[in-house]
Amino acid sequence: MGGWAIAVHGGAGVDPNLPQERQEEAKQLLTRCLNLGISSLRSSSSAIDVVELVVRELESDPLFNSGRGSALTENGTVEMEASIMDGSGRRCGAVSGITTVKNPISLARLVMEKSPHSYLAFSGAEAFAKQQGVETVDNNYFITEDNIGMLKLAKEANSIMFDYRIPLAGSESCSAVVESPIQMNGLPISVYAPETVGCVVVDSEGRCAAATSTGGLMNKMTGEGEAIIRGTLARDVAALMEYKGLNLQEAVDYVIKKRLDNGKAGLIAVSNNGEVAYGFNSVGMFRGCATEDGFMDVSIWE
Amino acid sequence: MGWAIALHGGAGDIPRSLPLERRETREAAIRHCLQIGVDALKAHRSPLDVVEVVVRELENHPHFNAGRGSVLTSNGTVEMEACIMDGNTKRCGAVSGLITVKNPISLARLVMEKTPHIYLGFDGAEAFAREQGVEMVDSTHFITPENIERLKQAKKANRVQLDYTQPIKKVDEIPVSDGDSQIGTVGCVAVDGHGNLATATSTGGFVNKMVGRIGDTPIVGAGTYANNFCAVSATGKGEAIIRGTIARDVAALMEYKGLSLKDAAKYVVEGAPSGTTGLIAVSAKGEVTMPLNTSGMYRACATEDGYTEMAIWPGETCD
Repeated sequence: MGGWAIAVHGGAGVDPNLPQERQEEAKQLLTRCLNLGISSLRSSSSAIDVVELVVRELESDPLFNSGRGSALTENGTVEMEASIMDGSGRRCGAVSGITTVKNPISLARLVMEKSPHSYLAFSGAEAFAKQQGVETVDNNYFITEDNIGMLKLAKEANSIMFDYRIPLAGSESCSAVVESPIQMNGLPISVYAPETVGCVVVDSEGRCAAATSTGGLMNKMTGEGEAIIRGTLARDVAALMEYKGLNLQEAVDYVIKKRLDNGKAGLIAVSNNGEVAYGFNSVGMFRGCATEDGFMDVSIWE
Repeated sequence: MGWAIALHGGAGDIPRSLPLERRETREAAIRHCLQIGVDALKAHRSPLDVVEVVVRELENHPHFNAGRGSVLTSNGTVEMEACIMDGNTKRCGAVSGLITVKNPISLARLVMEKTPHIYLGFDGAEAFAREQGVEMVDSTHFITPENIERLKQAKKANRVQLDYTQPIKKVDEIPVSDGDSQIGTVGCVAVDGHGNLATATSTGGFVNKMVGRIGDTPIVGAGTYANNFCAVSATGKGEAIIRGTIARDVAALMEYKGLSLKDAAKYVVEGAPSGTTGLIAVSAKGEVTMPLNTSGMYRACATEDGYTEMAIWPGETCD
């Protein structure tokens, strides 16, 4: 058995012309999240607690597209979704269509632990949130100046398609986005395009957990997230290890190469013996990882 | 090589004491639907068309838990979901939270063919249905007296009832519809003589489910999956099927471990918690299998060489 390991991401598919100071901000946030996770792991928190804690932090910071800072629908509102999974017992919870819950990932965990179901959506999920007494906020809380600007740009180009999409429940952490992020439906995008945040952790007892949260896409492209659904990407990393005997990095490389067809995506993964791996075929992915033996890396480009 | 088709009307706790007349109604419907599928395959319709046609027919039948006959949420409403997938292209479409669309499976196919997305839910899915002009009906169309009674019983027992769970028995209570009170998901898988594969699954979910609950049926890889190896439709306890990525795992075992269809399906169903899972699957080579670890599953299949079978309980067939 290896030690603990952790990886975080802020989405795949980054504008190559992203200003330097934005890149630094992103790296600082990823570093802060990693450190949060690391100190939690050192104080023997379980993997499931750590992924929830880290994703809450990513949701609460407006930088990436989840929680506060989520991309806007055509109506200028925010609709979020999240999923969490505990490797031990394969327990999982997911939520979609969330408009007032401050931390969707924590609601997903409550679905896993306090409901007989795995996946709740829209008004049913909001009703469950009220019943559970989680912190709710006005929808305006989630909306940032940057995203209002992006929506305006998109509307001017008349290229909005309202996003009704629902993600896959109960998966490991993976994220997908725009292939050439300079252009999003023909629009120049110089702020953060990526779709999703996530965290995966294996704790020192070998328990794995994953959490993913997103505000969805401001503007529907051909749907890179769809390539992830079709390719059952996260499950296939695990299936390749389980059924084909590949190691973690080989499995990650295989799914990025073979399971995405023409879709662009990235993913992070940890194994129960303390390995950590990532892969992406997009231009860049905001990511960071650390292991118990002292290794730590935060990067954006290949 | 040759065509093959299998369909199911749900897995769950189906007692062998099931009253004959209840059993016969369902068996007749299953036989009728199988014949529709066989005729369509013989007429060289694509497997994608075949699974859609067969599932539409099952949705229209009030004794199965999909479309008309869907079980009720804790609020007494229906919320239907469905998913369809084409094996060779891996194109797929799914819908959840439908309340007025007469045939959810056909809306799932429209999501696949007319949108850049895979999965639409709730208000957005209903809006898309209106835009596409599919047949819509008042939600009372879907609600049957049996399902109102089922919900009442489930509420009394304060639980969500699984597919086919035995109704609550009390001496002072007349069991409403002993043995068939819980009706399952429906599904169909088909392959033609060229190895083209397709799958479709449709459901009303669980009796007394929470409003907004999404199950395994519309989750690609959980309740429904097809690729160029096989097509799979699963039924049973949705939460267990999601966790086990049941349908994808049958395909992954063939793809990554080289197992045969039968061995892969058996491995997956035996590995799932007892009493949770049944599935039907066909392979590109025209093989068919229908394993279950629940006490029963309404199921039937046919292959081009003339083999055909219909069964409810385990051990009745080669599975």
